[in-house]
Amino acid sequence: MISYLPYPVRIDEIKVETEDGNLKTFKLVFENETQRKAWKHVPGQFAMLSLAGQGEIPIGIASSPTEEGHLLFTVNRAGKVTTALHQMHMGERMGVRGPLGNGFPIDTDMKGKNIVIIAGGFAVTTLRATLIYLMEHRQDYGKITFIYGARTPGMLLYQNELQEWAKRDDVDLHITVDREAPGWDGLVGFVPTIAGQVAPSPENSVALICGPPIMIKFTMPPLEKIGWTDDQVYLSLENRMKCGEGVCCHCNVGPTLVCKDGPVFTRTQVRKLPVEY
Amino acid sequence: MKVFRLSQTELDNMVQGWSQNRRVYRPAAGRQQSTHADCAPGWERVAASTPLTLPPGPSKTSVKTFLFPQPETMQTYTLKSSDPDKGLMKEPQKATEKQIIVGLRPCDARSVKLNNLPFQEDPFYQVNLARTVMVGFTCSAMCATCFCDQMGGSPMGTEGLDIAISQVDGSFIAEVLTPVGEELTAEIRLTPAEDSEINALAERRKNSPQADFAKLDVLKGRDLNTLYKAALWQTLGESCINCGACTFNCPTCYCFDVQDEVVRGQGRRIRYWDSCMFPLYSLHTTGHNPRGQKMQRTRNRFMHKLKYFPERYGLFSCVGCGRCVKDCPVNIDIREVMSDLLAVE
Repeated sequence: MISYLPYPVRIDEIKVETEDGNLKTFKLVFENETQRKAWKHVPGQFAMLSLAGQGEIPIGIASSPTEEGHLLFTVNRAGKVTTALHQMHMGERMGVRGPLGNGFPIDTDMKGKNIVIIAGGFAVTTLRATLIYLMEHRQDYGKITFIYGARTPGMLLYQNELQEWAKRDDVDLHITVDREAPGWDGLVGFVPTIAGQVAPSPENSVALICGPPIMIKFTMPPLEKIGWTDDQVYLSLENRMKCGEGVCCHCNVGPTLVCKDGPVFTRTQVRKLPVEY
Repeated sequence: MKVFRLSQTELDNMVQGWSQNRRVYRPAAGRQQSTHADCAPGWERVAASTPLTLPPGPSKTSVKTFLFPQPETMQTYTLKSSDPDKGLMKEPQKATEKQIIVGLRPCDARSVKLNNLPFQEDPFYQVNLARTVMVGFTCSAMCATCFCDQMGGSPMGTEGLDIAISQVDGSFIAEVLTPVGEELTAEIRLTPAEDSEINALAERRKNSPQADFAKLDVLKGRDLNTLYKAALWQTLGESCINCGACTFNCPTCYCFDVQDEVVRGQGRRIRYWDSCMFPLYSLHTTGHNPRGQKMQRTRNRFMHKLKYFPERYGLFSCVGCGRCVKDCPVNIDIREVMSDLLAVE
């Protein structure tokens, strides 16, 4: 039976991620030890963040299941609940309901393959979870390529971690910003351009692409040119949601429910759907 | 199966007997609004004075109001700073007392089974289902707006009912279909029906319109995207005003919205009926709306009933009660939509 009751959690840490202050990462710890132990998620899944008196919002889980004891959510301030969340303080109580959705195929289609992760803007959150998971299980996967772009250097999330990952020789990292910026000596250019330059081989590979629709649209042609097929490409959809359990119908894309059948779909699956996302 | 014959007085006495210590509801007589606060519009608690007679056709509002009531409190909480439980979501006590619904039609009884497919794992729906007894009235005739037979039901159908009551020559034949129905009928002394009466009922059932969905089943095999792109949606979307009357009165429309409601520091999270006819239904916080156009929303409702729901659950999400046909202010008729869809190449 479904439970719509959120688990009580406390805000353990709040980190302002970006220069505009609009993105914050919330570290949440469970109040109840049994619930903490029972929580099992896979990268790519999401959860409902619940604020009493405000409502619930579906947010991708930014922490990897290997980071035990807490959950991370990076939240953009945009609407009623996210604005209220941004005003909350450390130690305060909120709720988490989940994990929900299917997540990336870490144990099936991705196993043993080269993984190409392409992220644009703050859609990088669940891909951060994925990358950390992959690095913790490094021997199970082939070459890992991580391409991530933001508008400006100050808009990149997880900056300390990006520096750490750059030092590793088992991850091929490409971080880019849209245009030249003072103090930035990294890559410059849109994600599709960089993806074209990196040109990851499609052989025995899987790509996970998350970002604004326009980025996904332009990232595909350079990949297709070098032989990538729709079956190899995983995307994550989002739609307005209420229940998160496949009952309330809000997130439907044709017969598909993003919350239950997704949010992760192959590009082949997405192509068969009406464009209602 | 036990079958009884009742006179109008015996029927009224039986139902009023049930209402002594239980909640018994019937469709409100005439245009009268419900007189009890716990009752849904269009339904009323059975009172001692009103004889049970029903106009032909389904009740004004459907039976979903009892299984999927609005609002339904999902959680309660306090926001008082002095309370250590501030912000802690708690599940409310679920109602367990029996409710007996008298006078629903076979179409509505089927809708309960159809809605049970998406609500299979829903704790609130299941609790309500378990405490609801359905005493239905079969239909002697079909209204001009009825088409239950095309959707897999029948005017004499008993599916989903605990007791089915049929009017025969001034008296009533009650077929007891479930153990719950047996418990209810065991409380009073009833006259068993004669074999001739049982045979007459069977004969009438045989001669009534039978479930026939062979024609419509063709839709299940049709390509989803071809139907989705059909030209008919444009025309239909132009006349539809997205008022949502069809969705609220529909027994098989089941989508819901969830909202928080706080009064003086005490809050509750509630769910209530929503409608895919409304732009807010699918609006993203960014301002992007996947179904921003009126036509897209009209299409979604019909495609959900006739294509999306069957793809997931194998059955059409429509029982042919005809309420949407009756209540549509711009005369959209789902039967015409179905035949137009069948004609799409």
